[in-house]
Amino acid sequence: MFHRESGVFKTSYAADMALYPLPIARWTVAAFAGLFILIVPLICGDYPISILNLILIAIVGALGLNILVGYTGQISIGTGAFMSVGAYTAANLVTRLGAPFWLALPAGGLMAALVGAIVGIPSLRIRGIYLAIATLAAQLIIEWTINHVQWISGGVQASVMIPRPSVFGIRLVSERQFYFFLLFFVVLALVATLNLVRSRVGRAFIAIRDQDIAAEIIGIDIFRYKLYAFAISSFFAGVTGVLESYYLGIANYEQFQIDVSIDYLAMVIIGGLGSVLGSVLGAIFVTLLPIATRLFLESFGGLFFSNANLLNVIPNLRLVIFGGLIIFFLVVEPDGLNRLWRNIRNYFRVWPFSY
Amino acid sequence: MPEFDLRFTLFLLTNGVMIGLMYALIALGFVLIYKATDAINFAQGEFVMFAGFIAAGAAEFAGAPFWVCALLAVGGMIALGFALERVVLRPLIGRPVIAVVMATIGLAAVLRGTAVLAFGAGTRNISMPIPDDPIPLGPVTLPPVEVVGAAVSLIFLAGFTWFFLKSRTGIAMRAVADSQQVAMAMGINVRRYFAFAWAMAGIVSALGGIVWGAMLGVDNQLALVGLKVFPVVILGGLDSILGAVIGGLIVGVVENLAAGYFDPLVGGGTKDFVPYLLMIIVLMVRPEGIFGRRRIERV
Repeated sequence: MFHRESGVFKTSYAADMALYPLPIARWTVAAFAGLFILIVPLICGDYPISILNLILIAIVGALGLNILVGYTGQISIGTGAFMSVGAYTAANLVTRLGAPFWLALPAGGLMAALVGAIVGIPSLRIRGIYLAIATLAAQLIIEWTINHVQWISGGVQASVMIPRPSVFGIRLVSERQFYFFLLFFVVLALVATLNLVRSRVGRAFIAIRDQDIAAEIIGIDIFRYKLYAFAISSFFAGVTGVLESYYLGIANYEQFQIDVSIDYLAMVIIGGLGSVLGSVLGAIFVTLLPIATRLFLESFGGLFFSNANLLNVIPNLRLVIFGGLIIFFLVVEPDGLNRLWRNIRNYFRVWPFSY
Repeated sequence: MPEFDLRFTLFLLTNGVMIGLMYALIALGFVLIYKATDAINFAQGEFVMFAGFIAAGAAEFAGAPFWVCALLAVGGMIALGFALERVVLRPLIGRPVIAVVMATIGLAAVLRGTAVLAFGAGTRNISMPIPDDPIPLGPVTLPPVEVVGAAVSLIFLAGFTWFFLKSRTGIAMRAVADSQQVAMAMGINVRRYFAFAWAMAGIVSALGGIVWGAMLGVDNQLALVGLKVFPVVILGGLDSILGAVIGGLIVGVVENLAAGYFDPLVGGGTKDFVPYLLMIIVLMVRPEGIFGRRRIERV
């Protein structure tokens, strides 16, 4: 990631597709692992760790959505609904059957994958905006169903309490314990995505995105792979929903509404479509944005607004900045933060000899 | 299911027709943009809300009479339409669908935030200079706000149909929608008509904002009306004005009947659910809608 290669010396496809392009990349990964496993938990207080936890949860969801939107080119405005399917599946398993997390988590993901694949069925006939509207419909219908079917949503306010998970007999109570729990799944999701997109399936996704008719002609079963994309992406979304519910201790339909779907779409677009690093950067950016807005306004907002107004200003200013950034990135830098990062790297690749 | 009652059903039906025509007005703004520029406006509800805020704000801060407020809203939305086309949509011409979709979603967020920042969060009223007494129509009575809204919708729907069929500008816009390249070759300034389309959507949204604002009150919840646009336009066909009317009527009637008969059984919310169910069925069976043009893709 940070190394500077002196040229491209790859002689085989295997080398081109390798996870570690150069031996030094292993050291970069090792350094990151050391940073996040050893150093971060040591130096960070509870509040920074809690923000990190939110980011880690978002990364899983952003990776999943990027598989669908960025790699396969299918628009989905239904991430929030898929997350809720996962969350309520896990919540019901835990509260009714007392399922441990290693059962509830994949079950939530699989249920979301199933629902996602069903939502993906129309993608064979319709594409583009029609698909966007169909997934929007799925979002609203799933939301309504969960909210109105008592059997799924349980008691009041359609919310189900979930006890914190226990790992090897240790109940995760502190932010720090949860940090390691989440970090494990993020690493898993990262490795899975990196490997998926360089596999046969991943290349089929990319072919469908680039030109679906051409992909069909070279023998890719478009329908099957589109369904795979929907299922895999929804699996990630479902797992994200489960992780979030475990973290917050509650599954509530309000945390999975349409604005959540839009948040995740924004992560993927701001981060960079079709890029693993972009998903991570986008997740960090979009998660930090409201926190930064709030911090900024709490410190300096008093200069411009009265205190009573401030409570009203913060969420709305956040909306304006958020929407403005989406438009800004679409117009000015369509490839997102990932592209900015690549530009910086390319600049330093030949630095200080810039030509 | 409650017992069948003719009066109740008639009431639901007429109410549905009125509401449906008002949906058609909002959907018209969406169709205009899609017809001329191939762009999907996910911010249509926010356009309507913003116009409502302008009208209600003018009445509150300046004490302007209703007609001035309405003119201000229309003027403001025309300006907004032009500005947005220039700043946001024009750079995105020729980019993938998702870029335009996301840009209008971003736009929706900006408009929602700006409206509350500029005008405050409280709910406002737009009072039309019309009597409050319900208008009797045979066995049922209708609230005057809905009647006025439906009438405004009908006038504008007819007006825009004429505009697209007969006027020079309208024909040019159809040409642009049909094929941008050929239109350019014929000497039509494509960009100008893109801007026109957004401004016209602004006008329609302003009217929608006033009638819906008068009915529901103006706050940021008004934007939720925009969620009904999608079932309406998918049912009718994305690029058909007649389709917007028919789609609006179907959605209005179906959701009213469903709400009247099923709400007591499932505990409310049927109104938001049934139109989308209907839409999914249409998407599966006939994605281009009832009156939409079927697109044939060439490789």
